[in-house]
Amino acid sequence: MIELTVNGKKHTVDVEPEMPLLWVLRDVLDVKGPKFGCGIAQCGACTVHLNGEPVRSCSVPVSAAAGQKVLTIEGLAQRGQLHPVQKAWIDNEVPQCGYCQSGQIMTAVALLARNPSPSDKDIDAAMTNICRCGTYTRIRAAIHAAAKSPKSAKA
Amino acid sequence: MPIRFRSSRRAFLKASAAVGGGLALEIAFPALAQVSKAARPSGPELTAWIVIRPNDEVMIRVARSEMGQGSSTGLPMLVAEELECDWRKVKFEFVSSAENLRRNRAWGSMATGGSQSIRASQEYLRKAGATAREMLIAAAAQRWKVDASDCDAENSTIIHRPSGRKVRFGQVAAAAAKLEPPAEVKLKDPKDWNLLGRSARRLDMQDKVTGKPIFGVDVQLPGMVYAAIAQCPVFRGKLRTVPDEQLLGLRGLVKVVKLEDAVAVVADSWWRASKMLKLLPIEWDTGANGAANTASIREFVRLGLEDSSIPVARNDGDVEAAFGRAAKLVEAEYFVPFLNHAPLEPMNCTALVKGDRVEVWAPTQNAEATHAAAADAAGVPLENVEVHLTYLGGGFGRRGFQDYTRQAVAIAKAVEGRPVKLLWSREEDMQHDFYRPMTMMRFKAALDREGKLTGLRVRDSTHSIMAGVRPQEIKEGIDRHALGGIIDSPYSVPNLRIEFAMRNSHVPVGFMRTVFHSQNPFMRECFIDELARAAGKDPYEFRRPMLAERPKDLGVLDAVAKASGWGSPLPEGVHRGIALQDSHGSYAAAVFEIAVSESGQIDIRRVVVAVDPGHVVNPDSAEAQVQSCVAYGLTSVLWGEITLKDGRVEQSNFGDYRIMRIAEMPRRIEAVLVPSGGFWGGMGETPLAPLAPALCNAIFAATGKRIRALPLKNQGFSVAATA
Repeated sequence: MIELTVNGKKHTVDVEPEMPLLWVLRDVLDVKGPKFGCGIAQCGACTVHLNGEPVRSCSVPVSAAAGQKVLTIEGLAQRGQLHPVQKAWIDNEVPQCGYCQSGQIMTAVALLARNPSPSDKDIDAAMTNICRCGTYTRIRAAIHAAAKSPKSAKA
Repeated sequence: MPIRFRSSRRAFLKASAAVGGGLALEIAFPALAQVSKAARPSGPELTAWIVIRPNDEVMIRVARSEMGQGSSTGLPMLVAEELECDWRKVKFEFVSSAENLRRNRAWGSMATGGSQSIRASQEYLRKAGATAREMLIAAAAQRWKVDASDCDAENSTIIHRPSGRKVRFGQVAAAAAKLEPPAEVKLKDPKDWNLLGRSARRLDMQDKVTGKPIFGVDVQLPGMVYAAIAQCPVFRGKLRTVPDEQLLGLRGLVKVVKLEDAVAVVADSWWRASKMLKLLPIEWDTGANGAANTASIREFVRLGLEDSSIPVARNDGDVEAAFGRAAKLVEAEYFVPFLNHAPLEPMNCTALVKGDRVEVWAPTQNAEATHAAAADAAGVPLENVEVHLTYLGGGFGRRGFQDYTRQAVAIAKAVEGRPVKLLWSREEDMQHDFYRPMTMMRFKAALDREGKLTGLRVRDSTHSIMAGVRPQEIKEGIDRHALGGIIDSPYSVPNLRIEFAMRNSHVPVGFMRTVFHSQNPFMRECFIDELARAAGKDPYEFRRPMLAERPKDLGVLDAVAKASGWGSPLPEGVHRGIALQDSHGSYAAAVFEIAVSESGQIDIRRVVVAVDPGHVVNPDSAEAQVQSCVAYGLTSVLWGEITLKDGRVEQSNFGDYRIMRIAEMPRRIEAVLVPSGGFWGGMGETPLAPLAPALCNAIFAATGKRIRALPLKNQGFSVAATA
C-alpha cells in the first residue's frame, strides 16, 4: 500500500512500487490530465508537480511519490478560478490539438513560481516539452503575459 | 427540397474506403434540412446541423474531427454567420457516424484530411444556417401574423421592422422546427459578413487548459481492461509463435491475444500489460523483407530514375529539341527520406464487443472509416456499430488509417463483453506508421541565351500512396497524386516532359500533412533556384515571368516579396531564400532570412509566409496554422528521417526522432494573409509547402552549398537556439 496526496486529496493505492506515477494517476486514480506521450521523459506531456517541482511522471516510480504531494492540472484552479497561467493560455489561444498542454502549463506554472519574470532564455531552458502542433510562439507569449498578471506569483 | 442520395449506404461505404488523411472522398452532396424520424434531437432541431434551446443556446453539429486545426470552431462559424446568432451562445457537438448512417448521411462526409473540412463543407453549412434563419423568421412572422419579408434576424433575435417587435430565437425555435424548410436560400455576400473573416474565440480552449478527459486515450469505462501491443517489426511479416506460459499468475493478466501480425497483452492496467508484453519471447516470421535497409531501398528508388521505359505523365513541346538548342544545360538529383507523423497522442482505440454489437471510441480522422473498419473486423453489419468520436491528440494524416481500430476490435472480440482500451507505445507508433514516402527526383533543364527556361525534364521515382489506398487511381503506371506540384507546376515552360517511376518498397506509406506537396516543392523550388543562379538572375525576378498565366501564384509571390522587403539591404551575414507552392486549394509563398555560422549552425532570423486561401474564416486560427506549419515543416527539414535496418525501422522514440522544441522555434514568424476572395482553400497544410525550399535556398545564398537531400542534419547543418 502506498499513500500519496493528489490535488490535496489523500489516496492509498495497492500497486507495485515501481509502477510509474503517471499510470497510477491515469489508470488507478482516474486523473487523466497528465498524458502519455513517450514513456521516457522526453516529451513532457505527463508533467505534474511533486512537492512543487515539475517532474515527468512517466519516469517517476510511485514509490518516489509516497507520502508526498502531487499536483496535476486538475488541481490548478482554485475555488473555480482558473490559474493565471491557464487564463493566459486561453487569452493567447495557445492550444491546437491540446494534448501536450497539461504538461506545458504545469511546466510553465513551476517556472513562474521560481522565476516570476522569466527571460526568453529562461523560457527556453525550462520549457523543454514537445508540442507537435508547434504552439511555441503562443506558449512564449502566454508565459510573458502570465508573468505580468498580478496573481501569477501565487502559483 | 433536400437533395437525396441515390444510395446512402453505398456512399457511406465508398467514403469509408477513403482511408487516408490526405484526400477526402466527397461522394455526393449532403442532404440539407433533413429531419429524420430516427433523430434524437436534444431540443428543437432546425436542419440536421442546428439545435436551438429555449435559452437561445445554439448547438451546432460538427461532422469533421478536431485535431488541433480549429475545425470545431471554423465550421460552426460558417453556420452562425448565416444563422445570425450571437456567437457567444454557440456550442458544438460531434456527429455520430451511426446517426449519420441512420439519417441518410445528413451530415455528409466525416473525413478530415486534405484540408477539406472548410472548403468541402462551407456551402452546405452556410446553407444550413440560412435555412434555419428563414425557418425562425417564418415562425416569428406566423406568431405575429405579419409578412416574413418584413422581418430580419440579428444577434439571435428576430425583429419585425414596421412595428419594432422582437422575439428571441429560443422563443420560436420549437415552432420553427415544425415548419417545412425553404426550398432555396440566398447566402450572404462576403462583404456583409459579421463573423467570417474576423478572429473568433475557439470553442475548445477551456477543456484544453483544464486537463479535461477529451482524448481517445482518456476514455474510461466500467470494467474496462487495457491492451498493449507488439507488432511484427518487419512490415508484412507475421507472428510465428508466442509461448505465454510465463505470464500465468502474474498480477493483472487478463489474456494474451494473438493476431496475425501482432501480439497483445490484456491486463487490468496499461502499464502491467506493457510490462508483461516485454517478457514474452515472441517469434516473428519476418518474411522476404528481413534484409532490407535504407541503402537498399534508396538504390531501389534510384533505379527508377535510370529506367528509360518509365511512363510519361506529361509531354509538352519537344524537350530534347530544347536541350539541343540550349545555351546552358542544368542537371540535378534530389532526395527526401521516409518520415513519421508522430502525433503526440500515440495510436489508440477503445472497443466493446457484445454479441453482434460493436461500440468504439476513437480519435480518428474519419469516423465513418472507423465505423466501417470496426464492422469489418467484427464481422457485423454497419447498423450494429457505434463510433464515439473523441478529440485527437494530433492527426497529421496518420489517423485516417484504421489499423489500430481493427486491432482494438479484434482484441475486444477476444475478451467479449469487456471494454478494452488498446494503446500503442511510442516505440510501436514510431515503427508502425504509414510513412511519408521516400522520393528521388532528377531534373534536366535548358536555358536560352537570355537565361529563360525553355525546356524541363523531370523524372520522379517514388512510392505511391494511392497504390495502397485507391489503386484504381493509378492509370498506366502513373500516380498523378504523387506528382503533385510537378505535373501541375505553376510555371509556364514551353517544353516540358514529366516521367514517373512507381517504386513501392515494403515500407507502408501514407498521407502526411501537406503530403507530396511537403516534398515535391522542395525539389522543384530548389531546382528553380539553381536555374535562376545559372541564368544569373534574382530568384524572385526569375520566377515572375513564368507565372504570368497563374495570377494567384504570382500574387502570393509578390505578397511575400513585398512583406519581406525582398531585395532590400540586410545586415552583414544575413541572407534570404524564396519559394512558392499552391496546394490544397490555396496559394503560399515563403521567405526565410538566415545567418549561417562557420560550423553550419543556422540562425533563422525571420520567416515570412504569404497565403491566399480565397476566404479566411478565422484569421487567428489561420495564423496559428502558419505557425504550426513552420514548426512541423522545419522539424522535417532539420531532423526528419526514418531509416531501416534488417527490414525494420531504426528510430524508436523522440530521443532518435527529434521534434522541434521552443528554443528552436523561429522567433519572428509573419503570417501574411492575402485572401483574394471567390474561392475556399485550405489553411492547415498549404503554408508548409514552400518552407523547405525557401530555407534551403537561403542556405545556398548564405553558404553557396546547394541542399539536394534532406534532412539538414545529414548535410552538416544544425539550428541555433533563438533566444
